[in-house]
Amino acid sequence: MAIIETRSLTKHYGKIQAVRSIDLNIEKGEIFGLLGPNGAGKTTTIGMLCTIVRPSSGSASIAGHDVMKEPAEVRRNVGIVFQDPTLDTILTGSENLELHALLYGVPKDVRRERIKELLELVDLKDRAKDITRTYSGGMRRRLELARGLLHRPAVLFLDEPTLGLDPQTRARIWDYIRKMAKKDQTTIVLTTHYMEEAEQICDRVGIIDHGSIIALGDPEALKESMGGYMVILRMKDAPLERIRALPYVSEVKMNDDVVEITMKEAHIHLPDLLSNLRNVECVETRAPTLNDVFIKLTGRDIREEAIEDSGGWVESVARYRQRGH
Amino acid sequence: MMDYARFGKECLGVYAVWWREIKVFQREKSRVVSSIVQPLIWLFLFGSGMGASVSVSGVNYRDYIYPGILAMSVLFGSVFFGLYIVWDRKLDVLKAVLVAPVSRISIFLGKVLGGCTDVTLQILILLLFSFLFASVDPWGIPLALLILFITSIAMVSLGLAIGSFLESLEGFQVIATFVVFPLFFLSGALFPVDDRLPGWLQELVKLNPLTYTVDGVRGALLGVNAFPLYVDLGVIAVFAVLMILAGSALFSRMK
Repeated sequence: MAIIETRSLTKHYGKIQAVRSIDLNIEKGEIFGLLGPNGAGKTTTIGMLCTIVRPSSGSASIAGHDVMKEPAEVRRNVGIVFQDPTLDTILTGSENLELHALLYGVPKDVRRERIKELLELVDLKDRAKDITRTYSGGMRRRLELARGLLHRPAVLFLDEPTLGLDPQTRARIWDYIRKMAKKDQTTIVLTTHYMEEAEQICDRVGIIDHGSIIALGDPEALKESMGGYMVILRMKDAPLERIRALPYVSEVKMNDDVVEITMKEAHIHLPDLLSNLRNVECVETRAPTLNDVFIKLTGRDIREEAIEDSGGWVESVARYRQRGH
Repeated sequence: MMDYARFGKECLGVYAVWWREIKVFQREKSRVVSSIVQPLIWLFLFGSGMGASVSVSGVNYRDYIYPGILAMSVLFGSVFFGLYIVWDRKLDVLKAVLVAPVSRISIFLGKVLGGCTDVTLQILILLLFSFLFASVDPWGIPLALLILFITSIAMVSLGLAIGSFLESLEGFQVIATFVVFPLFFLSGALFPVDDRLPGWLQELVKLNPLTYTVDGVRGALLGVNAFPLYVDLGVIAVFAVLMILAGSALFSRMK
């Protein structure tokens, strides 16, 4: 049986449908990414699975416990790292963990041992005795990850675990998350809108938009469903119809001077494509990303920090224009 | 059937919340110092000043208001401790606690016990100064402490009850003006409750639960009281029970 099961899980706030009839099965030990733009329903979905938000209809269970009928059992089986930091900044690192251990009824004889072990896992042993107010953003996140695992939950929920952190720190946090998933086969469900990072870490992703799951599968398969490579050209007066007619082209999009072509076997057909065109100022090719999948499915870009984590300038320009500037 | 394992975990939850409050108390030394210095200022600056020309029931005015100032410390310390959860919520400190598999009632009780412990320790320090007040009977201290402790339970619950639906810290000033100060000034902390008071004031004072705290403590320490001890204790105990019920109900509904 799947460790997380939802059946037509739905939440509405008045007339607003935050989550629409979600069906999910997540297996033990899986790293599952819930991806989508802000306001898509990710946090509400996690909230329902953690018993913080009451579903309007449908059902969900974690490790066999129904979120509505056995909330206390569900809470015991899940660890949560919220989007906003929730450390007690007046306590030290190890005191934060001790408080959590008491609240979750972690037996006395294993408490100290586990706290020590987890502090080592997130490399905070040397700072354990310091008040967490003095911690950097990355350190606080790491301590929260450790705290989430302290009671050995079957499922660890991470809501935007790397939001607001610099790229190096983000990379390290993902390393810790991988380590945690291996340890005790913890199932990890995370939300993020850093698509590249989600691709690298998740076994499976669900793309959520307007409260519905619009794509589900492993990142590679989803990207393959795009139908090949992305070729981005910067050129004036592109002959769109001619490009579209080429047998290896699956899709063409244009924004001003930037043409985005999805094509099969770009390494073979690129010379032929270029020989059909003139006035090409710049060429960029890349593998499709989950963000491309998202754009294809919704017609919108998931990212807000577009410029900051862009692959190349053409992409940035394209995205900049797409947002209607 | 009573589920002992579950009960044990709830107790551990109460203890956890209490333990956290004690840690905070140990760290916020400036808050503790000011909560002790403030009543001393009342006693030695206000009390000595008024005491130069006033005495009540044959007791020096400064000595007379000593029980009242102890009650004031309990009132301020307890209510503001409770209101502090507004801040906890703002900083999301409470969020991690509220998703733990511990009932809201246990979290509430842990908070109440934490607040009472803080306030009682402050009161103990203030009681160390009792030797400076010639009229105070040291044998009355345990009874005074009991009365103040029960009052503290009631007042922390009141603070938590208000704090659980207060949205922002702006409400703080409003509560201070419309709840805390009236409770203090209508308690007879600074004046005797007798027929010399205007009628309307007498009625208001008698409706104020803190009046019975002040009276009980004054009886214990100075041997001067307006009501019998059982009335004082009874009123305070009933008030404490009501506040615990109201506070835990509101706290359970808090978002």
